[in-house]
Amino acid sequence: MAQEVRHLLGMEGLSAEDITLLLDTAESLAEVCERDVKKVPTLRGKTVVNLFLENSTRTRISFEIAAKRLSADSINISGSGSSMSKGETLADTARNLAAMAPDAIVVRHPSAGAARLLADIVGCHIINAGDGSHEHPTQALLDILTIRQHKPHLAGLKVAIVGDILHSRVARSNLFALRTLGAELRLAGPPTLLPRAFEQFGASIHHDLAEAVEGADVIMMLRVQRERQEGNYFPDLDEYARYFCLTEEVVSRAADDVIILHPGPMNRGIEISSGVADGPWSVMMHQVTNGVALRMAVLYQLIVPGADGIRGSETDEATAGRESAGSVPPPRQAGGASGGRA
Amino acid sequence: MSARSVLDSGRVGRVLLRIAHEILERNGGGDLALVGIRTTGVPLAGRLAATMESIEGRAPDLGSVDVTMYRDDQGRLGTAAVVGQTDIPFDITNRTVVLVDDVLFTGRTIRSALDALMDFGRPAAVQLAVLVDRGHRELPIRADYVGKNIPTSIDQKVQVRLAELDGEDAVYLEGN
Repeated sequence: MAQEVRHLLGMEGLSAEDITLLLDTAESLAEVCERDVKKVPTLRGKTVVNLFLENSTRTRISFEIAAKRLSADSINISGSGSSMSKGETLADTARNLAAMAPDAIVVRHPSAGAARLLADIVGCHIINAGDGSHEHPTQALLDILTIRQHKPHLAGLKVAIVGDILHSRVARSNLFALRTLGAELRLAGPPTLLPRAFEQFGASIHHDLAEAVEGADVIMMLRVQRERQEGNYFPDLDEYARYFCLTEEVVSRAADDVIILHPGPMNRGIEISSGVADGPWSVMMHQVTNGVALRMAVLYQLIVPGADGIRGSETDEATAGRESAGSVPPPRQAGGASGGRA
Repeated sequence: MSARSVLDSGRVGRVLLRIAHEILERNGGGDLALVGIRTTGVPLAGRLAATMESIEGRAPDLGSVDVTMYRDDQGRLGTAAVVGQTDIPFDITNRTVVLVDDVLFTGRTIRSALDALMDFGRPAAVQLAVLVDRGHRELPIRADYVGKNIPTSIDQKVQVRLAELDGEDAVYLEGN
């Protein structure tokens, strides 16, 4: 029997049931966001620390709003205003935060494995809000929630993920989750940003955008991450755009009812044309709206004891499996094991 | 563990008919709203609304509320508490709202439902209709309309089954 999951470190290792539970919870909590009084008391007295050591608008605000709508107290820490700018290590910062007894820490960090490191040294729940090029599980969950609202049957759905696959934690988390849910995955990008190794995910590899998009039900665009490109992965942005910019002409090759996602922030004219970004296929604002409800669902399922609880697909039983109510289950993580790149 | 039937299908129907009449009598048929408490209260509210419409020719507004996020015993349940949808597609301010649930026990569910309701507006009055009152209140809450009072011991379980959810209308009392 699977045990309670204490952390959300990645989509790797989460079962289809866990994913569905989080999406269903988010669907119910979305109603709270449409009320005049956008608040329920369920996490009253709980403290959520948002430790964002890399720039973020959407994700940080989304987590903050999510915590507040559940009546938790949320506190934001960014790298520049904290002791980390005085040279304190991530581990020491985390230990000091943990000593103030928060119930959950939401962490974004430029290094892969940062969330796992925190989960290993502190006692509270850890939620990965993006660790380097590794995983960004809540983004994948909100993407899949958005897809599910438009295309209820995920199994067999043709999903093309396009762009800088190599550096994208969004792509990695979506690959793990969509593979678990049985979608047909296609990856597209220049060979430098899409190594053959990605075939391991059961995805087909395309270096021609039109070929990947042909008949697709869903196109998921990725941001060209200029900040992560110390190497020269492509000659220049103009050339990248010539081959991999999603234009209306390319979109016309996809299914008639195709939907287009982008995790933001987007580079208009580089990976996506303005016509497409603002066109009828775009569900980007749904993604942002869904992000709040989805993060409420994650906070609720992790923090509230006796909530349904995501359970993880690993089946290592034995170690103190059946705890009586009130005792603290041993730390377990959902996914996100290696911290390395696929 | 034994289970004995305390209300059969015919009696559930008659009890609901009586409650529908009582609600209309007390409120003069006025501008009513029924809100069912998830899960079992929702089909009960639906049936009461249909019955009231067949009596008065006018249907009350119908909504549902999920109280999971308002409970004071989260984590003490130890069982799955799936968060359901709340759907109150009308303004409750200055209306008479009748909350509908299957079993009134400790009163904590009703307390949660009252809190949830207040987040949607300021009703003129809130009344409570339940199919079964089994006693053992832990809060100063009472029902305005009761289908049947069933004396129970604290260890017993009252199970309400409805055709919409379980394929039959019946109330069972489990345990000794």
